[in-house]
Amino acid sequence: MLKKICFALLALSITASGALVATQASAQEGAQVSDAATFKDFGEKAGLVKIMDDFMAGLLKDPRTKSSFENVDQQRVKEQLVDQICAILKGPCEYKGGKMGQVHRELGINRENFNALVEQLQFAMDKNNVPFSSQNKLLAVLAPMHRVIVTQ
Amino acid sequence: MKPIKNALLKSPACYVAACLCAISANVAAQTEPKTSTPAPAAADAEKSGPTFSSKLLLTGGVTNIEGSAGGGLTPWAIIGGNGTKEQIGGSVFYTQARANDYTLNVAGAMVGLFDRVELSYAEQKFDTREVGGALGLGNGYKFTQKIYGAKVRVAGDAVLEQDSWLPQIAVGLQHKENDRGDLLRALGIKSDRGTDYYVSATKLFLNSSILVNGTVRLTKANQTGILGFGTNTKDKYKAYAEGSVAYLLRKDLAIGAEFRQKPDNLGFKENNWYDVFVAYAPTKNISVTLAYVDLGNIVIKEKQKAPYLSVQIGF
Ligand code: HEM
Repeated sequence: MLKKICFALLALSITASGALVATQASAQEGAQVSDAATFKDFGEKAGLVKIMDDFMAGLLKDPRTKSSFENVDQQRVKEQLVDQICAILKGPCEYKGGKMGQVHRELGINRENFNALVEQLQFAMDKNNVPFSSQNKLLAVLAPMHRVIVTQ
Repeated sequence: MKPIKNALLKSPACYVAACLCAISANVAAQTEPKTSTPAPAAADAEKSGPTFSSKLLLTGGVTNIEGSAGGGLTPWAIIGGNGTKEQIGGSVFYTQARANDYTLNVAGAMVGLFDRVELSYAEQKFDTREVGGALGLGNGYKFTQKIYGAKVRVAGDAVLEQDSWLPQIAVGLQHKENDRGDLLRALGIKSDRGTDYYVSATKLFLNSSILVNGTVRLTKANQTGILGFGTNTKDKYKAYAEGSVAYLLRKDLAIGAEFRQKPDNLGFKENNWYDVFVAYAPTKNISVTLAYVDLGNIVIKEKQKAPYLSVQIGF
């Protein structure tokens, strides 16, 4: 019985992951989630504004990201993030900010800073009741950006 | 977590006392003084629970019965502990699987270095309970096996490379020493020592919240080494497949299933192992795994099924 469950789950996950990889977004600029409904789970653009407020507050509190954001135009970063994530989620927005590589190149960001930022984003999404599976769809698009953002 | 890790990095003696260290790090994490009056939103963010410490929660796996970071039955390509490239992490664990006629207790510790190398030690105690008596060994006869593990990540990143097919890949070994050499040799078993070699590939599919691992192990071990290595007639390494799949329900909760193919070289039938599990991480540093394992035939007792409980404390 257990055997059958295990094999069924394994087979299922292998097919599922195969199918999902096929539709996966890439790290290229302009990558988006595959599913337009995800945008609703974030409360659309108004929801994103709230999430980014909480996100920035968290970044300014976290010792691993605080120093990066203390002395920048936080309002601008939040607005850019709203547009960027809105566009990633297939919302009616256009991201007009800088390319990820260029924006972060001189900031000396390491893996710990990057993971901390993702963690703060998770906190902010949790706080605003974004379902876990939808959070992961966004993170799947953001995660590969580490290649151009993490320079140390 | 950064201050704690830095503190750890500054005290090499701490690595030796990995156990105490993990516990104190954990306590420190909970009692870490909060900085000045936070904005309300930030205060909320802070108490909203576990997640990435430096790695994504639960995607770092738990500890396998042989002490390596992985699922319960099989090692994964993940390097244990919460450290990233610049950091050292580690964990301690305790596992008990109580089957119908046997009990396995395992305790151990591991250190993860710079998300590249994992070194581990585990001690397994396999209690034959009344079966020992039936076999003339005495009730509660135990086999103790020490396992020294090493693992190196050779490619990939299971969590971040979401736009690539390439899984995280690691190679590793588990050197095992069993304390019942005389008995094992009397049973026609070749050796009380052996080394397993394995390659693991692990991939998190964030889009679907599924983590998949596949491992190929070269081994001669009978019942993972509890019954020694090889026999007088069969003493060659062969490759066996192992697999895990986990579905992340929440960032602190995962369910999944595993299998582990095993040699069958003894006169006593040996079966492949299977389990289903739930893993829960109440905080960044603690995870609890509950599983139900099908162990098949072990020596003279068939259909062994075991509830399995494992607790891990990491840093
Ligand atoms: C996937 C992860 C990340 C994304 C999607 C992201 C996105 C962005 C965006 C959209 C901007 C605004 C660009 C503009 O103004 O044109 C920005 C700016 C910035 N980011 Fe990131 N970022 C990420 C990771 C990080 C990390 C890990 C850090 C450091 C801990 C960081 C630090 C900054 C700073 C300091 C700025 C402001 C730069 C300036 O105004 O001079 N970012 N980021």
